[in-house]
Formats: sequence, structure tokens, C-alpha cells
Amino acid sequence: MRRASLAILFFIALVAIWGAIVRANIWSPILLPSPGSVAEYLAGAFRDGTLLQATAVTLRRLLLGYFIGLAIGLPLGLLTASSKFVEDTIGVLALGLQTLPSVCWVPLALLWFGQTEGAMLFVVIMGTVWSVVIATDTGVRTIPPIFARAARTMGSGPLHKWAYVLLPASLPYLVSGMKQGWAFAWRSLMAAEIYVTILTGFGLGHLLHYGRELNAMDQVIGIMVVIVVIGLLADKILFSPWERFLHRRWGTGRA
Amino acid sequence: MSLQEELKGPPPAKLVVDHVSKWFQQKRQNVHALDDVSFDVAEGEFIVIVGPSGCGKSTLLDIIAGLEKPDKGQVLADNQPVLHPGRHRLVMFQESALFPWLNTFGNVMFGLRLKPGLRNSERREVAKFFLHLVGLEKFMEANVHQLSGGMKQRVALARALAPNPRVLLMDEPFAALDAMTREQLYGDIQRIWEKRRKTIIFVTHNVREAACLADRVMIMSPTPGRLRDVFEVKLPRPRDFNNIEIAQHAAELTRALKSYMPNSTLAQT
Repeated sequence: MRRASLAILFFIALVAIWGAIVRANIWSPILLPSPGSVAEYLAGAFRDGTLLQATAVTLRRLLLGYFIGLAIGLPLGLLTASSKFVEDTIGVLALGLQTLPSVCWVPLALLWFGQTEGAMLFVVIMGTVWSVVIATDTGVRTIPPIFARAARTMGSGPLHKWAYVLLPASLPYLVSGMKQGWAFAWRSLMAAEIYVTILTGFGLGHLLHYGRELNAMDQVIGIMVVIVVIGLLADKILFSPWERFLHRRWGTGRA
Repeated sequence: MSLQEELKGPPPAKLVVDHVSKWFQQKRQNVHALDDVSFDVAEGEFIVIVGPSGCGKSTLLDIIAGLEKPDKGQVLADNQPVLHPGRHRLVMFQESALFPWLNTFGNVMFGLRLKPGLRNSERREVAKFFLHLVGLEKFMEANVHQLSGGMKQRVALARALAPNPRVLLMDEPFAALDAMTREQLYGDIQRIWEKRRKTIIFVTHNVREAACLADRVMIMSPTPGRLRDVFEVKLPRPRDFNNIEIAQHAAELTRALKSYMPNSTLAQT
């Protein structure tokens, strides 16, 4: 209770400071809109449905790209950790591409796929896959070899070993890899939505982009707030249960 | 196989280590880990292998388990050559090697799930039986990190016993524990051995531990790992670790060990 109220107090103070700076009139309200006008924009966009629609479009792209990225990245990571050949080829590729900012994929995606959903998806997947590969690879590599040995003496075959020993044993790394992948997916999608203008769906990135074009800073800041809040919610909904499980079982972190 | 049979008795087992040699290829040299080791183990016998570190005793255990292949010779379990690991010869390691993603009960169930011919309800019964045997039935739901070192090794023991292996291989299982816990476990392991009459091969560098637990003690010497001597310990059981006779046997074992050390003359001056 005390922790929650302190946190709420912190955010109220943050908004209050923002309001005070606006009232001090140092910058024009076009450059720095007041908290009130941002809230007003959000309420309006919520009422006329643009906000919900854009959020739905963005989340659909995000989840689709993210899960495809996971579906490719997890097995690839397992492969790089278990085969020297894959490690020297795909592993090196993943390490290199992971450092590449996902915006760099946008020009290529535009040329290959045009202004389509496919281009969007491509950028998100490229942004997600490599960090998932690296995290999975690290996860499997840090498993104490004694786990596999113990399992083998109990009659665990290669497939059983993967499913019931190596995967669960690397769970702490997998979850942090999935979390990192999620963050990268978000980044890539926003980059894609800002640069790829398409008619099949109007996402949060587009709203942000048009806010800039129209010099509507209340819209820009409003959408940024929405993106941050969605990120926080996703963390609480998608990852917190896993992390709580990990902390309880492995006894890591604070109780 | 019925639940009753499952809980009742050990199946017959006999183990033959037949002229086993092993080399390890290292960067510059070929390390001769085991040199022509041979011995027989009778069913239900408690064998302890003692030797200084580097004498290949853990390698020998790995070969018996089927985790390593010998370069020469073979190991026979019930007249069948050991080619790969299997649940008839379960291993208890120095670290508990319990799986942190499972709770106590789940860990004991792991090996049982891999054993065919049992219903899941029976598997659960067997797991409970063995957790009870090691005195941890109250900790079924506990997570591994919540257990003390001694409790972890007890769970590991229950996990190794639960699938009813013919041979139990123990690789310095108590080395990382404090003295008090260890003495308690000497009592436990003897009590369980009396009850279940498992064939046990136990590896250690602690001579007193060897004298306390073994029917027969095998003495090994390093570089290359050789089997040097066999001592029989014919004291009544259960044996008390602090018993004077155990200490006398231990002294005897120490003398033998020292005489086989390659630098024993240096050690005396």
C-alpha cells in the first residue's frame, strides 16, 4: 500500500512539474503542450475511436511479428548452442545483426515488399529474431552440464532431454530473451509505422507521424504516453507471471 | 509390474569391471586415466572406492554408469555390456544436481516418469514412499533453493532410489556437506541400504567414510589410475562414524593409500 501510494505520488509530482514548466511560459505551447491539452487530445481520440483502432492495429502487428520472431528465434538459438557449425554460421550472423538498429531494415523492406503489411511484419521480425537467438543460445550454454548427465542416467533420450531438461533449465534466460525481444519488436514496429505509410491499417506510429506533420505536439506526446503505458501493461501481463515463477522456483531476486 | 513388487525388493544384480583402461586426449598429452582396472561386485554389496584426487575414481564411476566409454575392456551389468547410461544404474553426484525448475516432488518424479510400466498414480505413490524414506515427506512442495545442503542430497538419494535401479553409483555425494549433516547421512544411507539391499558403489577420498560404509574398500592410486588393494571391513552394522574400530580401519586404509602414492618417499622426509 505504502509502495503503491509513493509511486502514485511520484507520477503526480512528475505531471505537476510538467504543468509548472508549461505555466512558466518559457517555450511556446506549440512546442510544449500542457498536460491538460494532452489529456484532452487523448480523451477526444478515445471518444471518436481513432485511438482504440490505432492501438488494435499496432498490437496486432506487434503480436504477430513478435510470435513469428519467437518461433524462429527459439529453435535457432537451440541450434546455435548445440552445433558448432550452426554456431559459426547462424550464430555469428545473429550476433552481427543483433547490433543493427531495426530502422536499417526499413529501406530494404520497402523495396522488397512495397508499402504493405508484409514490409511492416518483416521489420518487426528482423528486429526480434536475433536478440531471441542470442538469449536462447546463452541460456542453453549456461546450463550446468551435470543436469544433462543426471537426466541421461535416469534414461532421458535426446528429445526428452531437450524438452524436459535443456528448455526448462534455460528458462531464466529465455524469459529475459523474450522480454528483450518484445522491446525490440516495439522499437522496430514504431520505426516501420513511421516510415511505411499504408492504407491497410492506421497504427500508433502513424498517429505519431501525423501529429508531427500537423505540428500537433499534444497528439505526439499523447501517443508517446500510450506507447509507454502499453509497454508497461505488456510487461505486467506477459512477463510478470513468468518472472514470479522463476523467482519462486529458482530463489533468485527479491521475494 | 505391480505397486507392491515395485516397493518391495531389489532385483538381483552383479557387476563386472573387466580390464578397463581409459585415456583422455588433452592439448599436448594423452592422460592415462585408468589402467587395467578389474573387479567384481556381488549383488547387494556396498563397495567404496578410495583414492586421492586424480586417481580416476570418478572416471571409473562414469564408465560404470555408461556416461563414458572405456578405451579398453568393458563393464558388464548382469552379463550385459554397459554401452550407454540407463536407469538400472543411477548416479548420485557430488552436487545434488536437482533440477531447480521442479519442486522436491517433481524432482523425485523425474526418473519415475521415464520408467515404463507404471501408472501415474503409482509413480506418485512410489515418489511419496521414497521421500518418506529419506524423511522429507513434509517438504514435497518445497523448491530446491529452500532446502539445506543435506536435504538436497537426501532428495537426490530419493530421486536415485525411486526408479528402483539395480546399482546405485555415488560420486562423493557427501563431500560438500558439513560434518554434522554428513554423520547423519551416514546413518541414513546405512539404514536405507539395510532396508533396500541395493548394490552400491561409492566413491570418496575420505578413508573414514569408506571404513564406515563399505563391505569392501578398493584402494586406487593416481597417474595412471590403478586399483591397488582391496580391504574387507567386517564390522557389524549400523556402524557409528565415531567408533574406535572405524578409526583403526581408517588408519589402515590411510597407510595403504600413502604407500601407493608416487611421491611417498618425499612425503616421509
